[in-house]
Amino acid sequence: MKSSISRRDFLKGSLAAAGLTIAASITPFGYRLLNAAEAKKATFKPNIWLEITPDNLVTVTVPAVEMGQGVYTSLPMIVADELEADWKQIRVKQAPGAEDYKNPILGIQLCVASSSVRGYYEPLRKAGAAGRMMLIKAAAQAWKVPEAECKAFDGMVRHKKSSRKISYGKLSQKAAALPIPQEPVLKKEGEFRIIGKPMPRLDIPDKVQGSAIFGLDFTVPNMLIAVFDRPPSYGAKPVSFDQNAAEQVKGVRKVVPLPMGIAVCADTISAAWKGREALKAKWDKGSHPDLNNASIEKVFMEQLDKAGAVARKDGDVKQALEKATKRIGATYFTSYVAHTTPEPMNCTAHVTKDRCEIWSPTQSPFVSKLVASQVSGLPMDKINVNVTLLGGGFGRRAAPDVLVEAVLVSKIVGKPVKVIWTREEDIKYDQFRAATAQRIEAGFDGQGQVTAWSHKVVCGSILKDIDPKGIINGVDFMSLWGLADFPDSPHNNNIMYQIPNLAIEFVMNDLPIPVSPWRSVQNGPNAFVIECFVDELAHAAGKDPLEFRLQLLKNNARPKRVLEVAAEKAGWGKPLPKGQGQGIAQHSCFGTYVAQVANISVNENNGMIKVHKVVAAVDCGPVINPDTIKAQIEGSIIISLSAALKEKVVFANGGVKSANFGDYKIFKMSDSPEIEVHIIKSTEKMGGIGEPGVPPAAPAVANALFNLTGARVRRLPLDPETVREAIKKRM
Amino acid sequence: MISLQVNGKKYAVDVPPDTPLLWVIRDYLKLTGTKYGCGIGECGSCTVHINGKAQRSCAIPVGDVQGKKITTIEGLKKDHPVKRAWVQEQVPQCGYCQPGVMMQVAALISESPNPNPDKIILAMDDVLCRCGSYPRIKQGIKTAVDIVRKEGKRL
Repeated sequence: MKSSISRRDFLKGSLAAAGLTIAASITPFGYRLLNAAEAKKATFKPNIWLEITPDNLVTVTVPAVEMGQGVYTSLPMIVADELEADWKQIRVKQAPGAEDYKNPILGIQLCVASSSVRGYYEPLRKAGAAGRMMLIKAAAQAWKVPEAECKAFDGMVRHKKSSRKISYGKLSQKAAALPIPQEPVLKKEGEFRIIGKPMPRLDIPDKVQGSAIFGLDFTVPNMLIAVFDRPPSYGAKPVSFDQNAAEQVKGVRKVVPLPMGIAVCADTISAAWKGREALKAKWDKGSHPDLNNASIEKVFMEQLDKAGAVARKDGDVKQALEKATKRIGATYFTSYVAHTTPEPMNCTAHVTKDRCEIWSPTQSPFVSKLVASQVSGLPMDKINVNVTLLGGGFGRRAAPDVLVEAVLVSKIVGKPVKVIWTREEDIKYDQFRAATAQRIEAGFDGQGQVTAWSHKVVCGSILKDIDPKGIINGVDFMSLWGLADFPDSPHNNNIMYQIPNLAIEFVMNDLPIPVSPWRSVQNGPNAFVIECFVDELAHAAGKDPLEFRLQLLKNNARPKRVLEVAAEKAGWGKPLPKGQGQGIAQHSCFGTYVAQVANISVNENNGMIKVHKVVAAVDCGPVINPDTIKAQIEGSIIISLSAALKEKVVFANGGVKSANFGDYKIFKMSDSPEIEVHIIKSTEKMGGIGEPGVPPAAPAVANALFNLTGARVRRLPLDPETVREAIKKRM
Repeated sequence: MISLQVNGKKYAVDVPPDTPLLWVIRDYLKLTGTKYGCGIGECGSCTVHINGKAQRSCAIPVGDVQGKKITTIEGLKKDHPVKRAWVQEQVPQCGYCQPGVMMQVAALISESPNPNPDKIILAMDDVLCRCGSYPRIKQGIKTAVDIVRKEGKRL
């Protein structure tokens, strides 16, 4: 039942096949390219693997995970192009969780922060180029001709003068014996044949046939299904439960009480669910029995009056505000949002005395390995984390909570166990996109320039549970992403506007509601506030919102360019169809710059917003697969609008009341606007693409609502009730 | 014993009749293309055809479908116009919901070979895609309709 490979197996396999293996390892001095024998030595931890075998296949071990963002295609595209491979000979292998596969940007194998392509781009190119040079050399030696007369193309090395050609597969053994060039010659931009082309995704055929294997589809012989009865409110402890009754249910094998809930293990999921019902568990009221949406918002608003930890301080905001000829202030609130990955949370584990095997749809393969080691008590080299396809990730699948459950239960029952969460559990026990309360005050000087911007954010800490050491002097920069980023961050999740006196403060909210990254992390809510407030400032200054932004960005060229392109393509400022309003917003995160223009209408009686069209302009630097970029921006806009218009987690009696798609509504086809994506040709530094499309959509719609009705809504979601009230108040 | 007819094959399974059809298809027949998404018939990831109609297998007790013809994504021909259209238009992202989405589309086109936009929305608002592939689902439907028309076959 081995579906994946450990590094040792991989090397064994490749040596047995006796083809060409190239690994790339990051060292303090850059990348070192290794052959199979070198890579086997413990001194190197290669994070890239490329294998060319005598059967003429090129196998790329993908260190990232596939959750719909297209890495099973975009990463092999990079290798194939440099290698001059025939695209048809490319195969993809999912890397297991291992230290080896760390993303150079993140320093760990973790599929978050839109970092896969930009992180692995350089080592993949080098590995591919080194392979190409070695294959050419091998052919030249075999034919006894100068290397310069040989050319690699379409999976063959060709010698034009003698009209000879030979396949990579046939050359692979010979090439494997050659030294690996440490500074391979990379192709120039105009020489790309695959990079930059809309290549069909390699994972789509299986997904269309229904044969693709997600975590929930994976089975192990003699596996038990485990479901949990969980506390209905935060901090609640069980008062009573009938273990006997549950174990009497046909098919139930064992009940395992654990700190996070009571696990019921059974042969089938139906039996497990029946067993869970039979538990008739009763719980106490928990730690915050009065918690509900109103009480939560009250806490946030009270915290706005507290002094915050300083995240950024440019100039003297206090003095600049005092000197300002005009001051504008506003307070915003954004709600908790659930991830609702299409595939509910699950993990399969098999813990024996001396091994722990995991099958998991996870965004964090290496963290999974660390956590499995801690929980099982087994050393790291006894843990194998196999990664399946992910039915959606959106940040939720970076957390190892369900893995902990699977390892614990399997260890106790001594059998392979698959833990399956219901959709109800998925929503109730989610680690949400964090709610925020934000207060801003800005000041203009006599010339109408913004000279001061003071911004305070109240938000739960995302790092508190996963990396508390990352909190610097009381500031969780991840909760501030979009406004202020960690010092030396590779993402540049900072406010793009250039304001001489700028202060950003953070107040940590400590309600028991768990929060975690949600597609684009807090760039989403923080960009909503920045971009709506900038719109407020533009109107206060009597300026066009586009012109005002361009001015406030000063010499910040990339965000200006996306604004200009989006505006031009959307016909900014031109007459709109009757009853429509238009709004604009820009935001950059994870190194990519996006602007969007939204056209909307609203039913003023019921407050329902209809988004007709969103036009997006994107500058992500060099493009690998333009069709994937388009798909990611489309998806980002839709999930962003879903959160902005519909989604709000409802809390009651100290826990989560929202339960399933019946009362937690997400976007449907009829809600979705027409979307136009314009990719800007750019030779700037490469950015990410999975998330940067998210932040601008919500503020573009809110700004369009103001443009249409004069009603400024300073909260998310812009649900019908909120919008109706705002329109009424304006009148 | 429950007797079932799925993708043209006959099965006998020993399960309580109140077991949701979804879990019988997945766990007993090992046809895992049909997905669990919500368990209450709201998201459509579990959509199969029962006597040609798109139905939510998570909300149907297996005892109710004895003697009926059931088709899952695996039972839809490999070169079915909807499957071809889905590859051509590169519809799936994570792809988890797509078997259900495609079964919904296949039933729609089989019933009305050239559905108007209202009919499309009416059918497709019953299936949720969190990745936001809706623009491509729309395009995929157009392409599938074109394939059916060009090849002159009824589904």
